[in-house]
Amino acid sequence: MGKILRINMRELTVRYEDLPDKYLLLGGRALTSALVADEVPPGAHALGENNKLVIAPGLLSGTTAPCSGRLSVGAKSPLTGTIKESNAGGITAQKVACLGIRAIVVEGRPAGEGFHLLVVGEDEAKLVPAGDLTGMGCYQLNEELWKRYGTKSGVISAGPAGEMRMVVAGVSTNDGEGHPGRYAGRGGLGAVMGSKGLKAIVVRTDKAFEVPVKNREAFKEAARKFAKAIAEHPVTNAALPAYGTAVLINILNEAGGLPTRNFSDGRFEAAALCSGEALAETVQKRGGKGRTGHVCHPGCLIRCSNIFADEKGEAVCAPVEYESAWALGPNCGISNLDHIAVLNRLCNDVGLDTIETGVTLGVLMEAGVLAFGDGEAAIDLLDREVRNGTPLGRILGGGAEAAGKLFGLTRVPTVKGQGMPAYDPRAVKGIGVTYATSTMGADHTAGYSVASNILKVGGFVDPLSPAGQVDLSRNLQIATAAVDATGLCLFTAFPLLDLDYALPSVVDMLNAQYGVNLTVDDVVDYGKEILKTERAFNRAAGFTEAHNRLPEFMRHEKLAPHGVTFDVPDEKLDEVFNF
Amino acid sequence: MELRVYATLRKYLPAQPLGEGTLFRFEPGTSVAGLLEQAGVPLDQVKIIMVNNRHAGPEHVLADGDRVAAFPPVAGG
Ligand code: SF4
Repeated sequence: MGKILRINMRELTVRYEDLPDKYLLLGGRALTSALVADEVPPGAHALGENNKLVIAPGLLSGTTAPCSGRLSVGAKSPLTGTIKESNAGGITAQKVACLGIRAIVVEGRPAGEGFHLLVVGEDEAKLVPAGDLTGMGCYQLNEELWKRYGTKSGVISAGPAGEMRMVVAGVSTNDGEGHPGRYAGRGGLGAVMGSKGLKAIVVRTDKAFEVPVKNREAFKEAARKFAKAIAEHPVTNAALPAYGTAVLINILNEAGGLPTRNFSDGRFEAAALCSGEALAETVQKRGGKGRTGHVCHPGCLIRCSNIFADEKGEAVCAPVEYESAWALGPNCGISNLDHIAVLNRLCNDVGLDTIETGVTLGVLMEAGVLAFGDGEAAIDLLDREVRNGTPLGRILGGGAEAAGKLFGLTRVPTVKGQGMPAYDPRAVKGIGVTYATSTMGADHTAGYSVASNILKVGGFVDPLSPAGQVDLSRNLQIATAAVDATGLCLFTAFPLLDLDYALPSVVDMLNAQYGVNLTVDDVVDYGKEILKTERAFNRAAGFTEAHNRLPEFMRHEKLAPHGVTFDVPDEKLDEVFNF
Repeated sequence: MELRVYATLRKYLPAQPLGEGTLFRFEPGTSVAGLLEQAGVPLDQVKIIMVNNRHAGPEHVLADGDRVAAFPPVAGG
């Protein structure tokens, strides 16, 4: 059946409600988006009384389905003004699910200042004043909370940036080692958490796989098939565990689509130095606590995560991922892996989205506030200025679009106010369509056209030609919305796209768990419904097709080495949601 | 011509510094497959080939000064 745990931060009350029937088959993004659409007025100020922070594990989270531990965090976004869902791995989704909680809804806003901690145990949930934890970075906070509540606890937290309601703030979750580096990073959801006066949520249970399943035998069989698909696909069985997601640095660089120095070039001369290969070799050479093939939650078979260690073998950051390595690396002209890892750790600690932080740093570098390639100045900016909320720190904390406006720049790579991830849309046009049209602002995970444009997964569509990109992005946006509801890691999409039997095995797991009879076709309708709900919210919040556009400079400023612009016509972009 | 190999393919050209190409002298007219064969990189482990930053097939005929990159199946996100 399942419960909603509803927390009112004005009244400081906590109550359990039965999950309404209409939400029975909604999980992850499907549930956060439905709850936000149903309960948040589209015109609400994202940091105000009427916005709600909704946290939901996926439909399969807490079962033995491989790689199913994703946690969705949703709200109206203070960065984009749209509905938002951002999801993260880490150990908490499985715990929330095992406690029978389908969603945590945090609403209201305290009248004064002051932060609280929500402690969720096996039988009760309570709010505890968190005065002594206020201002604490997420590393120290996680250590402290494990001391108080046990080293099996799942921790969802906001860093100082979230407390200060900066719109680059993300929501941190922890991995099995207590590193706070698994982030629901995008869209400023950490600022929403901060605006609610909520410093952290601690989920206290050892359980990871105890969600009830209606038909156990059928579930086991389907989960076995799905595990086989993951074990069979070369991306999920070899490349990701060996090199992590940063294996993409070199390939995007070769393809001329690696955004370099604030999207002014498609190639970075020092890309190899901060690539997945370099990262893996460094970790191996240094030994100590560093490793590749790390898991972010129990039951992941892919193991794309890593722990990056310094020269003494001490852990600096877990994980260093492609997006973060790129944003804090090539996009800022930085190639020193140690600088990148420290910047990544600082983002995790201060509570910042690595992508928005890197894109904003790139804009500030273009403005001359600091120099491209100056890793030490960037470290100082995060560690001192942002952490302490100085005026310069708040400029970074305001995100790329705001920084661009403040300095009067035109090369500002954002859509709906959100900084672009690690693929230049002029040289990877399919992802440009997703950036332009997604309900979330510039977001690569919303419809990962890079798979077909660059990686030849799920077919091949020439990245440099506008042909076929709209259909590609549409299909992926629909499929992704559905995957985001299951709690499955998006990297399962590689076998899902390439192996015929993979998707039916997911549908079989859902049917066995919930005692329903979905078909593969229903998955498509399910994804479409999520997008329709999100689009309706955005429309009511004032968004039109005119917002589904890339920044103007990408239409006329040619990107080296291919000399390409973004040339998918506006009328074609308007066809993405023609269903 | 220059060949760069990445990820698990690096084991076939272990002396190649990361991100730097290995220069090969070939008659113009050699195909990518021919180049890989001579370099000792098994074609069946190569999923993505780029010639001068564009996707190409193994049959692609190379010219003087071409830059070739070869990758096994990789992805991320
Ligand atoms: S593949 Fe990576 S991100 Fe996905 S669940 Fe596994 S470790 Fe986490």
